[in-house]
Amino acid sequence: MTVRAQTYFIGFKENNFSSLETTYFNELTMKQLLLGAEAIALGALDAGISGVYAYPGTPSTEITEYIQKNRGEREQPVRSDWSANEKTAYEAALGMSYAGKRSLVCMKHVGLNVAADAFINSAITGVNGGLVVAVADDPSMHSSQNEQDSRVYGKFAMVPVLEPASQQELYDTARYAFDLSETLKLPVLLRVTTRLAHSRAGVEGTASRLQNPLNAPYAQDRFVLMPHNARRQYNNLVGMQGQLEEHAESSWLNRLIPGTGSTGVLAFGIAFNYVMEVRQTYGLDCPILKIGHYPLPRKKIEAFFNFCDTILVAEEGYPVYEELLRGYFGNNRIKGRLDGTLPRAGELNADSLTLALGLAKPEVIPVPAIMVNRPPELCKGCGHRDLYEALNTVMSSHEQHHVFSDIGCYTLGALAPYNAIHTCVDMGASITMAKGAADAGLRPAVAVIGDSTFTHSGMTGLLDAINDRSPLTVIIADNDTTAMTGGQDSSANGSRLLKICLGLGVDEAHLKTIIPLKSHLAENIAVLRKEIAWDGVSVVIAQRECLETTARKKRNPAVKA
Amino acid sequence: MHINIILAGVGGQGILTIAAVIDHAALQSGLTVRQAEVHGMSQRGGAVQSHLRISDKEIFSDLIAEGTANLILSVEPLEALRYLPFLVPDGRIVTATDSFINMEGYPSMKQILEELHHTNHPVLVNAAKLSREAGSIRTSNMVMLGAAAPFIGITSEVLEASITKLFQAKGADIIAMNIRAFRTGQAFSQLQATAK
Ligand code: SF4
Repeated sequence: MTVRAQTYFIGFKENNFSSLETTYFNELTMKQLLLGAEAIALGALDAGISGVYAYPGTPSTEITEYIQKNRGEREQPVRSDWSANEKTAYEAALGMSYAGKRSLVCMKHVGLNVAADAFINSAITGVNGGLVVAVADDPSMHSSQNEQDSRVYGKFAMVPVLEPASQQELYDTARYAFDLSETLKLPVLLRVTTRLAHSRAGVEGTASRLQNPLNAPYAQDRFVLMPHNARRQYNNLVGMQGQLEEHAESSWLNRLIPGTGSTGVLAFGIAFNYVMEVRQTYGLDCPILKIGHYPLPRKKIEAFFNFCDTILVAEEGYPVYEELLRGYFGNNRIKGRLDGTLPRAGELNADSLTLALGLAKPEVIPVPAIMVNRPPELCKGCGHRDLYEALNTVMSSHEQHHVFSDIGCYTLGALAPYNAIHTCVDMGASITMAKGAADAGLRPAVAVIGDSTFTHSGMTGLLDAINDRSPLTVIIADNDTTAMTGGQDSSANGSRLLKICLGLGVDEAHLKTIIPLKSHLAENIAVLRKEIAWDGVSVVIAQRECLETTARKKRNPAVKA
Repeated sequence: MHINIILAGVGGQGILTIAAVIDHAALQSGLTVRQAEVHGMSQRGGAVQSHLRISDKEIFSDLIAEGTANLILSVEPLEALRYLPFLVPDGRIVTATDSFINMEGYPSMKQILEELHHTNHPVLVNAAKLSREAGSIRTSNMVMLGAAAPFIGITSEVLEASITKLFQAKGADIIAMNIRAFRTGQAFSQLQATAK
């Protein structure tokens, strides 16, 4: 696994840039240059949402940030603060929809794992006001620990999935998604991938519409998912699938680009762009069926298969529909990720499509042999550096020196020069894995987790450890922010973290605060040594603000503390 | 008109500032723009790049295909070489020569320059020095933009108007300094071209 694959949240704004205007109009065309993520946000605002709920996660963060920055210009208030995690975000969005209003909920792909319980069951209850879940997948794992394909979740929940191919389509799709959600009374999944979310293009907006009025009907038969209701609701959902397919059949997101020749391309989502690019570059004329609205439009697909001899299936993500189509039409006529025509993993691009269409790429200049990698690193002067220095000193005196860690800037402690942490799996797993290892007899068991990750899903694990009296030391690296994604407010930090730990039942005598600074090194080593040696649950909170947050506050004093 | 630019640098060096100016200028010129950027952990001091595409036709892919970039504009010399496979064989490299060393095994400047000189008339800019002359090291990105201006396909007037627009909130002095930096880079680039 590469380093980048271990990280979860990204989205940092560079120094000089963060204070510049990043979106602007062309006065002539009224086009705004927007990131794909921002196009979703603007589309949702114009579609009349009353709120957005989200936990930061690359590449989805900018959706919510755009709404936070621009909601002030709206006539009606739009609720947009960060949620503690994706599950709380999803449920709040469902509650807003229950009350009749439109809500958007945003997360990265692995965030949908956290929200999956709410998501799947909201398809059973259905919705009132439009509910759109915008999920940003990260094929090639630029900033994530896997490249799971959220379309699978959409299929699993049996709800419509929309997968636009351009920034303009993202904008237009946002409103379309809310309309579809209100027509079908189902949540709609809007899938975007890193490349589109983090790429800018000109986007033209349409008139915005008003929010829905408050309207919360009593509908126990839908919303109380006791078995007798759940069975009926589930049967309704199954019964609606034909209707969902009809919508896909006539959707503007599913369209044929006519052409000649016996090989056609079934291009899903952003793969469409790459095929079109190859067509433009090489003057090809292959027919393309663009798919951006699921469930699959069966009739359109059948017509396309009748028209072409061989079909290249290009999906940005898992070969979800390639597998299905191979089962239906047979292997002989289909090329794609499963037979090696396209790479099995990673994001597509024009290069991979060029080769897949049997064309030769241009000769390229190789990367010189002197090239070396430039891995990311903790900022110079970051408190995490001082924490790891102290922790490494303490752990070096133990024969077993495993440190279970989590997702955030401090994950960079896995790299040289610290090599201080040994696990990073999913949000909150540091504490629970340390607990399990402690239960297995590993001594000492140490977890390092950030303030935001702790409130996301570390607190419940700590409660488990306390209830079970598992001997472990939890170090909360409290930098006062969600730093890795660019410094969003975290749900709790500072003295509130202390209160949370006490409330969960941490013994006050083993709840310590340190300040990770060079000048405190000896003192910090002493505290860590003592607590790590103690045979019970101890928590050490290392408190020092992220330098980037400090700098941002200096640049813009209005930034919320 | 169709121009593909790879912007390269190290996380934190601010290549997105350069991208923002070009984006704005292209949009004002009525051109189509696509600009893919990295919001990544790599932005903590890792290698970062942005694919910037400008055209008077429709642009489909957010990414530049290999062997099709007309220009690599880098604010760090080693980073300029990292993206060589994207360059068309006679494409141009415009790079700052100020190295940023935050890892093991960074090659010698001699080796890097040798590789750079294998490419078509590279424009090698001492951006730190020139930006200080313009008024502040913080304007080095505008020095680099100036040096690359002859290869972008957008007039300097439009680029300068975009700099003015984007730095508007920072006041007249900052605008003037950045324009000065832009012109310094541009003059340097033209001088190198005539010297060849
Ligand atoms: S200073 Fe902030 S942004 Fe930099 S590595 Fe530390 S926590 Fe992350």
